[in-house]
Amino acid sequence: MAESDHLLDLQHLKTYFYTFEGVARAVDDVSFFLDPGEVLGIVGESGCGKSVTAQSIMRLIPQPPGKIVEGRILFDGRDLVRLSMGEMRGIRGNRIAMIFQEPMTSLNPVYTIGNQISEMFRLHMGLGRREGLNRAVEMLKKVQIPAPEKRVGEYPHQLSGGMRQRAMIAMALACDPEILIADEPTTALDVTVQAQILDLMLKLKEDFDTAIMMITHDLGVIAEIARRVVVMYAGRIVEEAETVPLFEDPKHPYTQGLLRSIPKLGRRGAGERTRLVEIKGIVPGLLDLPEGCRFSPRCPQVMGICRKKDPPLGRIGPGRTVRCWLYFDEPGKD
Amino acid sequence: MLTYIIRRLLQGVVVLLAVSLICFVIFRYMGDPVLTLAGRYATQEQIQEVRKSLGLDQPTYVQYVKFLWNAAHGNFGKSYVSRVPALGLILERFPATFELATCAILISLVFGVGFGVLVALRPYAWHSRAIMAGSLGGISMPTFLTGILLIMIFAVYVGILPPFGRGKTVEVGFWRTGLLTVDGIRHLILPAITLSTYQLAVLLRLTRAGMREVMAEEYIKTAWAKGLSPMTVIVKHALRNVLIPVVTMAGLQFGELIAFAIVTETIFQWPGMGNLLLTSIYETDQPVIVTYIMMAAVIIISINILVDIFYAVLNPKIRYD
Repeated sequence: MAESDHLLDLQHLKTYFYTFEGVARAVDDVSFFLDPGEVLGIVGESGCGKSVTAQSIMRLIPQPPGKIVEGRILFDGRDLVRLSMGEMRGIRGNRIAMIFQEPMTSLNPVYTIGNQISEMFRLHMGLGRREGLNRAVEMLKKVQIPAPEKRVGEYPHQLSGGMRQRAMIAMALACDPEILIADEPTTALDVTVQAQILDLMLKLKEDFDTAIMMITHDLGVIAEIARRVVVMYAGRIVEEAETVPLFEDPKHPYTQGLLRSIPKLGRRGAGERTRLVEIKGIVPGLLDLPEGCRFSPRCPQVMGICRKKDPPLGRIGPGRTVRCWLYFDEPGKD
Repeated sequence: MLTYIIRRLLQGVVVLLAVSLICFVIFRYMGDPVLTLAGRYATQEQIQEVRKSLGLDQPTYVQYVKFLWNAAHGNFGKSYVSRVPALGLILERFPATFELATCAILISLVFGVGFGVLVALRPYAWHSRAIMAGSLGGISMPTFLTGILLIMIFAVYVGILPPFGRGKTVEVGFWRTGLLTVDGIRHLILPAITLSTYQLAVLLRLTRAGMREVMAEEYIKTAWAKGLSPMTVIVKHALRNVLIPVVTMAGLQFGELIAFAIVTETIFQWPGMGNLLLTSIYETDQPVIVTYIMMAAVIIISINILVDIFYAVLNPKIRYD
């Protein structure tokens, strides 16, 4: 029974990597959902499992060493984890599209932009070469690339970083997918270009009615674009909330730390200097995770139980969950 | 592009001049051709006469200019041994070597790239380990040993392929080919395999390394994310990028195969240029040796230019302006 009210529904997803040094639990029991036309932000530091989650949805985990061990990824009444590679290819690019962090290296250097975009039309819609190229010009127009007729014939190295990311977006949206997974799409770009790309994505989301899963470590991007946020730490979700409540009242000490480490304008009173607060310590390696709460070694509010027992992900309000002992009674039961 | 080609051609001319100077020095100062020609029992007058008739009594620079002038007109002098123009002698042998080298490079390209891709995609499968072990043998085994082993197995023990010679040939215009007769092709198989083994192993290793690198690239991830089939991802998106260095390498090797197929040609008594060169060295037939060196230089330079042009076709980042 693969029934779900949501467009995409991850249930207890576990993706592990089997290495010589041991098993890396890159994604460990992650559940969240995505509704049609919604923008969901997934935040966390590098190595927290956010990209692996995205690649698991696309079934792009290199296997071996990686493997989806457990869980379901429900999409349109089907469990993506159980689909054959042939069935999956009909979904990839066509109904769930993905764009990557590095626009510099995400496009194939030996083919023209037009060739790479029209490949989507040829593959998923069975269009011919000429027709596909015409549609590629249209797509380039939609992502606001100037002189699209000229650009289709150009190679990736002839385009700037922002242009390339636009071309990537054009390629991803070519077949009008229901979901767009954006894995740090603006990280490698200049700040001004970042804003343009985010604006473009929001505009296209309306035009194409696409749900967006925005993966980033940049809370500024989240604030700008997402309605709901999932915060991940060391392969797990530590907090989930709507964007505004999360920014106004972060619950998990990790989220609080993340928010304190963003510089803010105008918060500096006269003569008073506020330092940016960092989260002390480093992200634990996935091969030797600490006992108990995975954040406990870095947590400023750590308690005795945190080092012994893993906190559950519990509900503390409408649409709000957090994985922290601060909000739950110590369970003698279990 | 055109200016680039012209520039490369001019560079080629400079290289040829340098080679010609070396050739001239060999021609003039390595042993005295007059003694060889006039014979051991010639009198002083006879020797002087031969010297004069060959123009060897003139000053060195005049001789060099004359040599250049003649070389530019395709006249490299006559073979001391067979008394026919050296260039004609070599050109007559050229088709045999060219066919052998072409077959060898095709074999190494097809199997080198094919196996290279296979090994890169499944590095731990048993067939990959077997291929890699074999390629190590291909790189380290000297050509003459490969040739002799192949003759021993296929010509002597199994007896299905001829051990030497070029077999029946057909003349098509000025070109004498062995590719149009079954006998000719049967004769071609063993030497072509022998000549290809080393190149095959090199191309295999190059393809494997390139393939492993490219398969980890972001744009390959993009290709998978588009929903493309493994065939399209591997051949269209990955292999095309890997081929850029592979084709360059193969092109350069091809020039060397044509110019220096000497060992293989000797083992199989292949009537090609390499075989001719070896005989000429035995007989100190200097005009033939010099012509051969000049020909080799011309072939390698032109193939280099062709490879550069083809490189620009394969790699859009390269535009020669």
